[in-house]
Amino acid sequence: MLGRSANGIYWMARSLERAENTARLLDVGFRMALTRGAQAAREEWRSVLITIGQDRAYCERYTDYTGPQVFNFILRGPDNPSSVLTMIENARTNARSVRTAITREVWEATNESWMVLRALLARPVRESNLGEVLAAIRAQTTQVRGAMEGTMLRNEIYNFARIGTFLERADNTARILDVKYYVLLPSIAWVGSSLDNAQWETVLRSVAGDRAYRWLNAGSLEPRGIAQFLILDGRFPRSLVFCYEKIRSNLAGLARQYGQETSAHELLRDAGSRLHQLGIEDIIERGLHEFITEFISGAIRIGNTIAADYRFIE
Amino acid sequence: MQSTTRATYDEMLDPDGAVRPAYAGFREWYDAQDKNWLKRQDAEAERFFRKTGITFNVYGDDAGEERLIPFDMIPRIITAREWRKLSRGIEQRVRALNAFLHDLYHRQEIVRSGRLPARLLHGNAAFLPQMAGFTPPGGVYTHIVGIDLVRTGPDEFMVLEDNARTPSGVSYMLENRETMMAMFPELFSQIAVRSVSDYPRRLARSLAACAPKGASDRTDGRPVVAVLTPGIFNSAYYEHAFLADQMGAELVEGSDLRVIDGRVAMRTTQGYQPIDVIYRRVDDEYLDPLSFHPDSVLGVAGIMDIYRAGKITIANAPGTGIADDKAIYSFMPEIVEFYTGEKPILQNVPTWRCSEPEALKYVLDNLKDLVVKEVHGSGGYGMLIGPTSSRSEIANFEKKLRAKPDNYIAQPTLSLSTVPIFTKAGLAPRHVDLRPFVLFSPDGIDITPGGLTRVALKKGSLVVNSSQGGGTKDSWVLED
Repeated sequence: MLGRSANGIYWMARSLERAENTARLLDVGFRMALTRGAQAAREEWRSVLITIGQDRAYCERYTDYTGPQVFNFILRGPDNPSSVLTMIENARTNARSVRTAITREVWEATNESWMVLRALLARPVRESNLGEVLAAIRAQTTQVRGAMEGTMLRNEIYNFARIGTFLERADNTARILDVKYYVLLPSIAWVGSSLDNAQWETVLRSVAGDRAYRWLNAGSLEPRGIAQFLILDGRFPRSLVFCYEKIRSNLAGLARQYGQETSAHELLRDAGSRLHQLGIEDIIERGLHEFITEFISGAIRIGNTIAADYRFIE
Repeated sequence: MQSTTRATYDEMLDPDGAVRPAYAGFREWYDAQDKNWLKRQDAEAERFFRKTGITFNVYGDDAGEERLIPFDMIPRIITAREWRKLSRGIEQRVRALNAFLHDLYHRQEIVRSGRLPARLLHGNAAFLPQMAGFTPPGGVYTHIVGIDLVRTGPDEFMVLEDNARTPSGVSYMLENRETMMAMFPELFSQIAVRSVSDYPRRLARSLAACAPKGASDRTDGRPVVAVLTPGIFNSAYYEHAFLADQMGAELVEGSDLRVIDGRVAMRTTQGYQPIDVIYRRVDDEYLDPLSFHPDSVLGVAGIMDIYRAGKITIANAPGTGIADDKAIYSFMPEIVEFYTGEKPILQNVPTWRCSEPEALKYVLDNLKDLVVKEVHGSGGYGMLIGPTSSRSEIANFEKKLRAKPDNYIAQPTLSLSTVPIFTKAGLAPRHVDLRPFVLFSPDGIDITPGGLTRVALKKGSLVVNSSQGGGTKDSWVLED
């Protein structure tokens, strides 16, 4: 396949994943705002902006963190180059430019996502319809993923799409941890207050892991367990280990089809073995923050290496 | 020559209001349908097209907004007998065009014999000196041709234009049929309509048959075919992607291609892979910055050298534009006769060449009755339609015409045939043309039964171009 097409499908998948993850973060922020009062809500909105790397752009324009202002900026801000609407447009533009690499169903699902969300985001979103908008973003992106899963050949094209999806997802989970790591650190102040409980739940909700975690842990919330769950639990589809395993198997697919490995395989093997050797105790002992920072830059390196190895651009 | 004014030929109804045989089956079905249900289907069709993304960009439009070409759900129907004659005429014309191109780029016998003035070639930008003395692989110049036909009477189809460069619209022919079959499946079980869905496969086969000999490096020996598009902002991008997808060919842009080791190659995830046949949807002047437009980023630097070395097939061949030049058009009857030795089966529209003083005088005296076109124009731009223009529009155009008569030809205002469209008030006749698509390879000529019917949606309008408010219809050729 063309290097440009590999690039296109990779970014199409990444953009959709990013849009979906952003919707999830907004959901959590919104929930905080409804349940925790103004101060906590402001903090949460700010941390959402920081997590997705838009705090600086936001501050260039606004001085305070009010809900509708924040979520409108993130969803559809005309001067926000990473808004959800822009992500969906990017996904569609990429899908259009790799039209021959995707099935008709994938294209139509992507095109429809764009039509539906463009219409929903044509006017400022009010608190009363934020829930509807966020649900639509999740539903539309899920539909595209479903069409990919159900109709695409399991070949190089699919591999590049999946690599894009899971690099983005890993990056997202890591960024949430990066912003919230202090909540999960053992602290002398910790007495199991309801505030902490709410913070931990927020972290889990941001990756749609609250139900799964409670189910696995008989309802008890505990920071170490949450960190372990988000980083190392191979059963949870948004954990770092799970994402890495998916990237690994898709890179292996490429090696099988092309009859050779590239430097990206090497890089991933190293990162993977580090991840597998560590227990949560090691991670916390060496510093959760350092671990996450290193993980994020490692993921960026892997993305860049894949782009170079497979000639995404000239 | 006289400009004609006579009653419009309606393809569905005869002058007494009786349904013609071609439409008998359809009308029977139509009359039995609930009209409110049809209205709902009509709206459904637009949704279907939006969802599929069959859109085009109008140049100069703000923000590159994508538009739909309106689709009308009443089919345009051609009988088997009419189609037989049409295909014979089209085949003759396409053979003549190809022979003409070969001659122009070699001995120019037609000029030597005095049938075609040499001045039409000299200084004509569509005539490419780079092609002189070179024969493309398989001797094929016009791999894909779209012949624009208009109908003025029961047995009178005339050629309005030959599109020998990169005719577009074939995706609409295919998608219109898909839409009709999805909306009204029972119509196709009741009426035997010839299928068009084979076109992409035939195109792939026809292009492969034109590959340079022994060029392919693939283990299965099948030539590597790629569609070259200017990119997603081109007005016909949808079609480029559609055809590549349907043919199983790569859809490439100029930035994907490079000349490597004497071949044109595309950048794949595993390195550069040579291409054997390139179906380019990029104009001649952008094809090779080394040979033509130096600023072009849409083409491939050095592709013309590889082409002339016989290492790649370019479809259509560079320089075919000279054959569909409007000044050349007026000589088509002579051209057909010169190369086939037969009288043309399809007539030309009578044409005055304003470069000739006598013709110019006639045109100036009769501007209000004529259609005047720029020789190199396309898409319905820069033309005058006398009967529907105001006095000042005509006066303005007259100035341009007097200043540069060589730049214009004139034709009578033809009374294009009408076919009904579906409106809220029921069926209403509108003017149409027809563009059948023709494939040409050493294996022969292949004409897809039907083509693209363009329809002027405004009452009384004769302009069918999609850029100017025209729509399209499914075009049926009935089985015998």
